[in-house]
Amino acid sequence: MLRRSVLSFTRRPLSTMASQTPMEDTMRTKITEALRPSTLEIHNDSHLHSHHKAMAGSTSQETHFRVVITSEAFKSKMQPARHRMVYALLKEEMAREGGIHALQLRTRTLDEETKQAEREAAEKGESIDAKVDTA
Amino acid sequence: MISRPLLSTAFRQAARPAPTFAPRFLSPRYSPIPARFLSTETKAAIDKAVGSAPVVLFMKGTPETPQCGFSRASIQILGLQGVDPKKFAAFNVLEDEALRQGIKEYSEWPTIPQLYVDKEFVGGCDILVAMHQNGELAKMFEEKKVLVPADGEGSK
Repeated sequence: MLRRSVLSFTRRPLSTMASQTPMEDTMRTKITEALRPSTLEIHNDSHLHSHHKAMAGSTSQETHFRVVITSEAFKSKMQPARHRMVYALLKEEMAREGGIHALQLRTRTLDEETKQAEREAAEKGESIDAKVDTA
Repeated sequence: MISRPLLSTAFRQAARPAPTFAPRFLSPRYSPIPARFLSTETKAAIDKAVGSAPVVLFMKGTPETPQCGFSRASIQILGLQGVDPKKFAAFNVLEDEALRQGIKEYSEWPTIPQLYVDKEFVGGCDILVAMHQNGELAKMFEEKKVLVPADGEGSK
């Protein structure tokens, strides 16, 4: 979000600028086109893992991602099948040396997202109550 | 809880894979086009690994010292669920490059860890966490009878 607003000040068309997040851009494009998600969050967690042994020698800033996708394309599919749909889209990016090293996925339908949000809200309410009790 | 000696035994088994994991097939990680070919030998060896216990985890590192946060989380979940160590085997993919690449192709799943129950692929870490939270994992383990028997139940 911040990045977007910074870019808008540069007064140069976006297309002529080299992206700072080429991998994230590719992921966004591919997932958006194929799954038409109602929610798409791409979190880059690479900085949390830069000290990993497996990351020694890697210069990429885009190795670890956490992606939340809500799409009707997942309807009536089990979780492994949903994850495989995403893996298939990003096959090349994951296989490539220096590409995506880790990909955490949360794949839900709109219905599941809504229900989960309701449940989480209810749980949150409870835990806040509990906090008040102990305070 | 998962007991140390039993897991170590399972792991040692894993650390000495069949000699058919031939080094000449290696280095897909360094080639521009990853090898998309699972040799009959590798497939047979993985078949055997998958069938070596009712619950099988392919992971990075060992249950005692996981080398990756996702593998660690998966082991912790299996421990929390109370999976019987006698019915569990872990395979360290870092010990064997052919296994590391082979299992991805075998399962059609590009990441580690991977969980198999009764030779059936269940999923990776995210799926385990979700199933742990929503109770599906407990249900499945119960049905497959892979949990440590509760106290008071007679053993046969």
